[in-house]
This record gives sequence, structure tokens and C-alpha cells, in this order.
Amino acid sequence: MTTTAATLPDDPARLRTTTPAVRLRQVGKRYTADGPDVLREVDLTIEPGELVCVVGASGSGKSTLLALLAGLEQPTSGSVEVACGAALMFQEPALFPWLSARGNVELAMRLSGVGRHERHERAEELLRLVHLGGWGDSAVHELSGGMRQRVALARALAQERDVLLMDEPFAALDAATRDLLHDELERVWLSTGRTVVLITHDVGEAVRLGRRVLLMAGRPGRVVGEWRIEGPRSEAAAVGLTAVITDRLREEHHRAV
Amino acid sequence: MPSDATTLAPGRASTAPLVVRPAGRDARPVRHGAAVLLGPVALLAAWQLVVWLAPGAAVVSPSDVARAAAGAWARGDLPSALTTSLGRGVVGFALAVVIGTPLAIAVAHVRWFRTAFGPLLKGLVVLPSVAWVPAAVLWFGLTDATVYFVVLMGSVPSVVNGLVAGMAQVPPLYRRVGTVLGAGPLAMTRHVVLPAALPAYVAGLRQGWAFSWRSLMGAELIAGGGRLGVGLGALLQEGRALGDLATVLVAMLLILTVGVLAELFAFAPLEGRLARRRGLDPRAAR
Repeated sequence: MTTTAATLPDDPARLRTTTPAVRLRQVGKRYTADGPDVLREVDLTIEPGELVCVVGASGSGKSTLLALLAGLEQPTSGSVEVACGAALMFQEPALFPWLSARGNVELAMRLSGVGRHERHERAEELLRLVHLGGWGDSAVHELSGGMRQRVALARALAQERDVLLMDEPFAALDAATRDLLHDELERVWLSTGRTVVLITHDVGEAVRLGRRVLLMAGRPGRVVGEWRIEGPRSEAAAVGLTAVITDRLREEHHRAV
Repeated sequence: MPSDATTLAPGRASTAPLVVRPAGRDARPVRHGAAVLLGPVALLAAWQLVVWLAPGAAVVSPSDVARAAAGAWARGDLPSALTTSLGRGVVGFALAVVIGTPLAIAVAHVRWFRTAFGPLLKGLVVLPSVAWVPAAVLWFGLTDATVYFVVLMGSVPSVVNGLVAGMAQVPPLYRRVGTVLGAGPLAMTRHVVLPAALPAYVAGLRQGWAFSWRSLMGAELIAGGGRLGVGLGALLQEGRALGDLATVLVAMLLILTVGVLAELFAFAPLEGRLARRRGLDPRAAR
């Protein structure tokens, strides 16, 4: 495991195309004309198939960054390019309680005009992918928190977007379930080849999942650190890197307050 | 609810045949049915008690009323009054739903419409619909149009207010999810807002039905004759004119019975199904 800032990912298969999945150029964001810079001069390029984790304290602009990528907000300055659009997963599963698990997954496809028969098949497939085969007919309230978040993942994947954005998707889960879902996400990421941008306040989680970790700091919101994690990961190296990033996060936090 | 069906006393396990019933499944409808009848039976008993305790007063006994009902039924008065009123009630309510639903969507989504008509629709709930009867008679004469007008003025505001309240309470997160999933305004209403507002809508429908039925009775009671058929309200009025208390009570009981049956066989099951599907059933909570 190396932690250099300049090297490229070592898997050339992931870099077949030269068009980045996400490109931000000098992006600035204010919510009101005379308000503070929530983001200032953010430059970011994410290659197709990357798994990038963004960490930062509250108020560092990471949720705003995600909202820009999802198209929920428009930048005040600079440009945001997301190839083929992005799917977004929230901290809460936010499933619709009047639909079954499968119905929730199917709705994503229905809203993008997929036919009934194909929807059904594909939803079953996606539920199997997140290890919920056979749970399709269950009502949302019959599922545990972890299962609901897996349905939400299946729903996000059903959108058939190249980029999957995740806003602290595991924050509300217990530690054991979170661990399990980390494995699930990694497996799904490897098998679907999606580009994943995951926001978290948990540095350990970022190091566990990310092939690249970005650290954001607030006032104004910007990217202040970047670590690439390549090759096989050892437990010790992960602990070491987590400590390094956590220290840096604290430093930025003290600078901000 | 105690699940005594599956509990075995310690010493008896070897001798008693092991009968495992699904918890309370088969016992519940019987017990439920008995409980539903308890209220009417108690009322009947109290009524009979009054008849015994105050003989000669202006009271008729349950058996007098039963006889009057049987007679009116045999003559065909009762079935025809019942079908006339039920037909009007159901058609009027259906019209109220058809008119009220798009109105509610407009109030919720079109700002100028909400500003212009929102307070009016809320205020109309307060105005007793029988207050419309004199005006309606002057406008439409003694025709079915008068009856339907009064019914609609009574029930449309309830349907509208139920749905508007439901749509106002849709969690913002649901709308965000809809946006992220690519829903336009129409798809958002169809797939997110309306289903989310459904429980409140059903509550509005229930109240709308109650107001339909009440308005109808009021209209039939006040406006009679002309080209208006004889409904339950008219029957009530007829009984009063003839000093026939038994007929008056028959009509009243029938009006009440329709209300109770609509609740038991339409609204309560509908609401229960919705709540169970969404995990909101209080009986399922442990």
C-alpha cells in the first residue's frame, strides 16, 4: 500500500477511456449572493471505475459537492461535468413504504422508461446482487436497517448511471452491519465497474473502501489533501493511514474554528 | 393480545394432544364480531328499559319499531327509500371525489390557486351544507340537481382538505428521492406525492362520505315533493307529519345503519390495509 499523492491507479483496465467520469474545474458555490463560499476553486477529476471517498468535518462542503455532482445544485462559478449522469444514495434508505422492496427498485427504472417485463427481471437481478434475492415482495417495514440500505443500493444501481454518489450511506447502521455492507459495496463496485464517490465523516471507513481518499476542509470548502491507496491492503498500513488522515483532519478543524 | 392457543401447561404436555393454532387467527373474527354487536345490543336494552320504566310516555318499544319496519318493507316503501337515498349518496360522493381530487392537486401545486381558493375551501367545511338547501331549491327547483348540489357543497371541501393536508405532510426527503430518480412534476405527483398522501386522502374520503350522507339527509328532509323521489330523509319527514314515531325511528335507524356499514365494510378495511402495508398498524406493534 502506497500513499503518494501523484501516482496514477495501477490498474490500466480501468483507464481504457480517456474521458473522466467526473470533472470539476474551478468550482465555486454560494447559496446566497453575499453568503460565504461553501466551495471555492475546487478542481477534481475522477476516472471511470474509481472508488473515491471524501472525508471532512461538518461544514467542509462535502455534501454540497455531492449535490453539485447529482445535479441537485448548480455551481456559482466554474464547471461540473458528470459523464452520463449520476445516481445518488442518501444516509437514510428513503424507501417508499407503500411499495415492496422490488417495487422500490422498479420505480427507478419506471421513471426512466424501462418496460414492465424488463423491470421485473432486472429488479430481481439487482436484489440478488445485494443478497436480497427472495425478499422482493417484502414490505419495507419488514426489513432491517441494513437490508433497507441494500435495497436503496439496488435502487441506485437500477438507474443505470455510470457514477454512483453515496452520502454517508452507512452512518446510521450498527458497526457489524456496516462492516458487512462495506464488503457488499466493494463486491458490487468490482462486479459493476461503476464510478463511486462516497462521502463519510468516518476516516476508517474511507481508508477501508477508497482507492483514493480526499480530505475537505471548510471556510471556504476545498480539497486540502489526497491519498491514493493501491495494491493489497495490510491492516497495519490501513491503521497508519487512518491516523495520518485523522491528524490532518483535526489540524484543519482547529484552523477553521 | 394473549396467545393462549400455543401455551401448554407444564404437566399436561404428554397427555393432551398437541394443538398448535396460528396465534389467535381463528378466534379473533368471532370475538371481534361479538364486540361489534355489543354496542347495538346495549343500546337496544337501554331503550327497552326506558319503555318499561316510563309507560305511556311518547316512546315506542323496539318491537313496535320492528313491526313498523317490517310493514314498510313489505309495502316497498323502505326498499325504495333506501335505494333512492343510497343511489344519491354514492353518486354524489363519487362526484365529490372526481371534483375534489384535481381541486386538491391544484391547491397544493398552483400557488395563485391556493392563495385564491385555499381559505375558501377550508372555510366551506364550517358552513353546514343544509344552509345551501333554500338557495339550491330556488336555483334548481325540487329536482335531483338540488340534492346533488347540496351533497357536493358538503363533501367536496372535506375531500379537498384531506388530500391537501396529506400532500403538505409528504416528507421532503421523498421528493428529493423522486428528483434524484428523475421524476418530472407529473411523475412526482403520480408516483411520490399521491401515494405518500394516501392515508390522509382516505381520512378525507371518509369524512367526505360522512358529509355527503349527512348533507343528503338534510336536503331530503327539508326539500320534498315536486320531482324529487322519496328518500330516507323524506320518509323521516313523512313520519313526523303523520305523528308516526315508529316510522321516524325506522328511518333514523336505517340512516345510522348505512353509516355504520360503510365504516365497517369500506373505510375501516381500506384504512387497515393501508396501515398494515406501511407498517403503521398499531395492533402489529409489540
